[in-house]
Formats: sequence, C-alpha cells, structure tokens
Amino acid sequence: MIQKKQLRVSAIENGTVIDHIPAKSLFNVITILGLHKFDNLITFGTNMESQRFGKKAIIKIADKYFANDEINRIAIAAPHAKLNIIRDYTVIEKRVVEVPDHIEGIAKCVNPKCITNVEAVVPKFKVLDKISVSLKCQYCEKITDQEHMVYL
Amino acid sequence: MKNKSLVAINDLSKEEIVKILNLAEEFEKNPIQNTLCQKVVATLFFEPSTRTRLSFESAVNRLGGRVIGFSEASNTSVAKGESLKDTILTVANYSDMIVMRHPVEGSARYASEISPVPIINAGDGANQHPTQTLLDLFSIRKTQGTLNNLNIFLVGDLKYGRTVHSLLMAMSHFGATFTFVSPNELRMPDEYKIYLEEKGLKFSEQTDLNENLDKADIIYMTRVQKERFSDPVEYEKVKNVYVLREGMLQNTKENMRVLHPLPRVNEIHTDVDKNPKAYYFPQTMNGVFTRMAIMSLIFGLE
Repeated sequence: MIQKKQLRVSAIENGTVIDHIPAKSLFNVITILGLHKFDNLITFGTNMESQRFGKKAIIKIADKYFANDEINRIAIAAPHAKLNIIRDYTVIEKRVVEVPDHIEGIAKCVNPKCITNVEAVVPKFKVLDKISVSLKCQYCEKITDQEHMVYL
Repeated sequence: MKNKSLVAINDLSKEEIVKILNLAEEFEKNPIQNTLCQKVVATLFFEPSTRTRLSFESAVNRLGGRVIGFSEASNTSVAKGESLKDTILTVANYSDMIVMRHPVEGSARYASEISPVPIINAGDGANQHPTQTLLDLFSIRKTQGTLNNLNIFLVGDLKYGRTVHSLLMAMSHFGATFTFVSPNELRMPDEYKIYLEEKGLKFSEQTDLNENLDKADIIYMTRVQKERFSDPVEYEKVKNVYVLREGMLQNTKENMRVLHPLPRVNEIHTDVDKNPKAYYFPQTMNGVFTRMAIMSLIFGLE
C-alpha cells in the first residue's frame, strides 16, 4: 500500500526514531546524547507542525538502540519524547522517556558561585518537579529551572 | 554521626539535634574533658572569621586535641592555584577531621565526598553553616527552657541570610511560630514559606520592627550585608531601618532574649548590650560547647 502521508524525514531500515521533541530542544537532545560524535547515519527534521508542541523535531538514528538510562538522559530537555524502535522498516516497539529522580553530568548548575562551576566537579541534581523539570543542585542547593538550563 | 561529615542542618534528624544539644549541656557543666585526646583537627578558613574559627579551636583545645590550619588562603598553595580537591586530599593526611569555611557554595558537600576524614562545614558561601544553627538552638533552649512552640522573630536580611534559613528549617521540628521582619527587598523567599505551610506552621510578615515585639520569645537579629545588594542605592535606603534600641525592649516578655550570629554593624545599638535581655555574647560562648559536642560525636563518643 502506498502511504499518502509524505515523510519529511526519510525512513530508516533499522534503528531508533525519537519523536515529539520540542523544536527548541532539538540541539540540546543532540548534545545530551552526543549524536554529533556518532558515525551512524542520522537524519533530523525540525519546526514541524505538532498539535501538542506547536513546533516539534524528530531524529532518526540508523542502527542504534538505546538503553533506558541512556535515553532517559534526554528527559529533562524533552520530557514528552517518544521512541520508535525500528527493525526492517517496521516499528516493533514504542517507548516513552521517563524523567529520572536524579541526574548527573547533563546540565550545568545555574549558580555561578557553585563548586560545579568553579572546579572540575560533575554537576548532580535531585529532580524536584518532573513535569516542569526543575533541578536542585546537590552541592549548592540552588534550583535550576528549564528556562535557565545549560547543557554540558 | 560517628565518622560522618556535617555539611547541612538537614543532614541531621530531630533526634540527632537533640542529642547534640544534650551533650553540649554536659560540656557546659564539665568543660574540661579528653574526648579529642590524640586527635588532630584541621581548620581551613579560606574566608575570614572570628567566632567560628576561634570557637572551634577553643573547643578542640579544651577537649585535649591539637589544631593545625590556616586563617587565610593567601599564604597557602591555594594562592598558587591549587584546587580545593588537592588541598583536601593533602590536609586529610595530616588530620583526623577537617573544619572548613570556603566562599564557594557546595564546596563543603564536595569536600565531604572526596575526603577520607570527616568534614565539618563552617560556612560555604551563602549556602550552609550548620554549627551556627546548632549553637542558636542551644542558646534558644537554654534561655527558654524548651524549643517547643516558641514565638521567633527573624529580623533583617531574610532573603540572603543563610543563618535565618537554617534556623527556620531546624526550628520547624519543634512547632515554632515565626514573624519575619524585613524590608520588602529582603523578604523571606517563597520556598521557605511553602516549607512552613507544608509543615503546618504559622508565620506572619511585617516591615516595622516596632510592631508586636511584646509577643516575641526570641528576637533573632541579622546584619543587612552590603555585599548582597547589586544596587548600592537600595542598600543605603535600608541599612539604618532595622536598628534595635534599648527603649524598644521595654514592653517585651520577661523571658525574651535578643540573639545575633554576629558580627553586628549597627543593627543592634550598643545601648542594648547592658540590658539583661541581650544574649548575643553568651551565645558566642555556647558555640564552644556546641562544637565540643559535635566533634565528640563525630569522633564516636556515645
């Protein structure tokens, strides 16, 4: 059967499709997953119309499957992202990301006087709010919200 | 608490707080003990301090321990650019415990993660200063006979003042009622008000220091710190507004005591000093007993 809906980003044979990324978070997701260092074939599209987000982005990574704790790292940038696991052009599994209770080494603490911004200390946070995503620094105890989040 | 670091007041349960205060009371009765015999305590003060450093060192000496350390970082390798990590890993080889004051927030928590010996946080920037809170609690309990259900007035810089935030958290274990007295620019942050609401504790806010003082059991004064203002005009506007004078104590309760973490600049007029309700100098003495208790418990005294 011929699909009527035209794919804006071409299909992959095997790999992972990350959908429902807020358009403004696309490059953060790329940074968090370190996709810029991958050798795999990666295609992405952004500023696509979405009823939920206004503008969304999508990433397709060929021949790559993520472990849960690996993919959950993107949850602070794209808490509503959905994963489609593709094998032989078919979606064999759908997954959602889960915002973890603690995150380590993903985002910077907003406080310039925090030890994590002064010495080589990996930032660690307790996730206070999983919906709006606010993070409490385990060192200086200041709160970093999504608006002020800078990714490592 | 044995062999554990003390970084923040929230690291301690209510029971642990009471245990520290009870032991501090014992040290007040019998201040010469040997609980720190053969122990070396390092006091690393990367920032100036009078009371905290000297009361820690006094406490170690009274308990038979020895002190090494520095009171400014400029004559150490820190001036050559040595990291906190390397400093801690070095000093941990020379001592059994490290008492540290550092201007960087979160430095004490980090030090406690990497140090093989316990760390006591003696102030990390504007973040935490738990031993000050414990000596405040000791002073409150000693003067009021209890920590339960007291009326606590917190006055001055309630926005940035770490001592008032920690005191509020600690007193919330004991069902206190709070009155916040501050200029609008320096009001108590919402996160602490939400915390009190969640705990079901009452609080009110006012800008006039003269109001309701007759209801207070404790008036806890703090300094409005110039360095907290980004706009010097704002500082000039409020710096002389919150000054406690002796005449204002006239109708206060008999049991009421005035506390201050010190140093004061001009927020308590010197005419208050001779009033028996002024308690800020005995409060500094309590710092020695409280720190004796904290160190002894970390060294495993039961």
